[in-house]
Amino acid sequence: MTAADVKGVVVEAMRIAATQLPADVVGALRAARQRETSELGAAQLDAILENVDIANSGSIPMCQDTGIQTFFIEAGTGSPFLSRIKDWIEDAVVEATEAIPLRPNTVDPFTGVNPGNNTGRFMPFVNWELTDGDEIVITVLPKGGGSENMSTVKMLPPGVGLKGIEKAVVDHVVSCQGKPCPPTIVGVGIGGGADIALKLGKKAVLRPIGSAHPEPAAASFERELLELINMSGVGPMGVGGATTSLAVHVEYAHRHPASLPLGILIQCWADRRAHVRLTADGTIEVS
Amino acid sequence: MKRELTLPIDEAAARELRVGDILYVTGQLFTARDEAHHVMLEAHAKGEELPFDPAGMALFHCGPVVRKADGGWQVIAAGPTTSVRMELFEDRFLEAFRPPIVIGKGGMGDRTQAALETVGAVYTHYTGGAGALAAGRIERVKTVYWLEELGMPEAAWIFDARNFGPLLVTMDSAGGNLYKQLEPTIAENVKAIHARIEEG
Repeated sequence: MTAADVKGVVVEAMRIAATQLPADVVGALRAARQRETSELGAAQLDAILENVDIANSGSIPMCQDTGIQTFFIEAGTGSPFLSRIKDWIEDAVVEATEAIPLRPNTVDPFTGVNPGNNTGRFMPFVNWELTDGDEIVITVLPKGGGSENMSTVKMLPPGVGLKGIEKAVVDHVVSCQGKPCPPTIVGVGIGGGADIALKLGKKAVLRPIGSAHPEPAAASFERELLELINMSGVGPMGVGGATTSLAVHVEYAHRHPASLPLGILIQCWADRRAHVRLTADGTIEVS
Repeated sequence: MKRELTLPIDEAAARELRVGDILYVTGQLFTARDEAHHVMLEAHAKGEELPFDPAGMALFHCGPVVRKADGGWQVIAAGPTTSVRMELFEDRFLEAFRPPIVIGKGGMGDRTQAALETVGAVYTHYTGGAGALAAGRIERVKTVYWLEELGMPEAAWIFDARNFGPLLVTMDSAGGNLYKQLEPTIAENVKAIHARIEEG
């Protein structure tokens, strides 16, 4: 296995993420279309599903906002490739921008200069998690700006409890109206600290739609919150309808006794993700 | 009602369009996000002539993915961006340049609504994220302005479009506003949601 092999596979994963909506998301959108009673809302879902088909069959990006290239790496501490993986990912982002193509989306906040290849200071962003074993699993998450702009963190007084969290999430999602391109996936991160709550929310979004949190209390909280959000009537693209969100995913950390951090991470319907698995013997799989 | 329009259209025709209408537009679109709005408004303030005529085109809030091909440009994906970012200056922009149709997503605010009423124009919603679908309705990139200075997403791209839609009119020149129409129902629903949370 060579550096070029890994780079090529990461480029391929980025292409899959940009052009093929995962089956769980397509399934959830189709189910939402079946349920939709609002004519305007149904028309939005039809356009989304047609768009997804065109992107898939033509291998072209489903959305012009091909996102900020974000990577989550579960890095087995025994992997012989740990020291090189970051360079490979950076090279892959440059190549993918040209080859897929992706929109150049990184801008220097001070000079306004866009280097044109989706790299820059801390970009592409890599989230590292060290794991046991010798495998590396890379998750590609190209995150669009419209939905990321609607993500937020709230430091709630702990006295409001779980009911306070439910109200804060519903109120926030409703206040976003059509801006984050609903139907959305809502990642709810609870506890830890301000930054940790947001990070947990983003991690929760990575879970496939239809998967429940492994703990029954959190799983039931997810189901209830989804039902509450969809009672709002905001609907697809905010034009009214039965499905405002496709899923609510919760992740939590223990909290400080004085704090109840709540991270609300909003993911648009284009819930794009792909994975690369790299084993110690050099086998690479992409999915 | 469903309407097929060929641009340019005059103010009277734009004033006939109403919330709920679904438009399919043939003709020229120009893209402008935050930066192109700035550049064009600055030029206008200095009394400079623009290199194209926005009044004959639809304004498209879009930062496309385009690729060089055969000496020209090919549109890969071109869905709408979130329009409300342009609320800061859209009223001045509409009054200065008078495009009859604005295409974006998510709706805009009161200042834009007032400007639509003044100039006789509509705001239309195109399905967010439907970049591949939109690209299929763009026949040709006519040209691009300020590409070097602003970069691909922020430049002003001039597209020849055919049956570009479905564009749902959500804000019209007679004060109609789909988002405002939905507000009372959503507010009632939120009350019911809070009540259920309290009972739970």
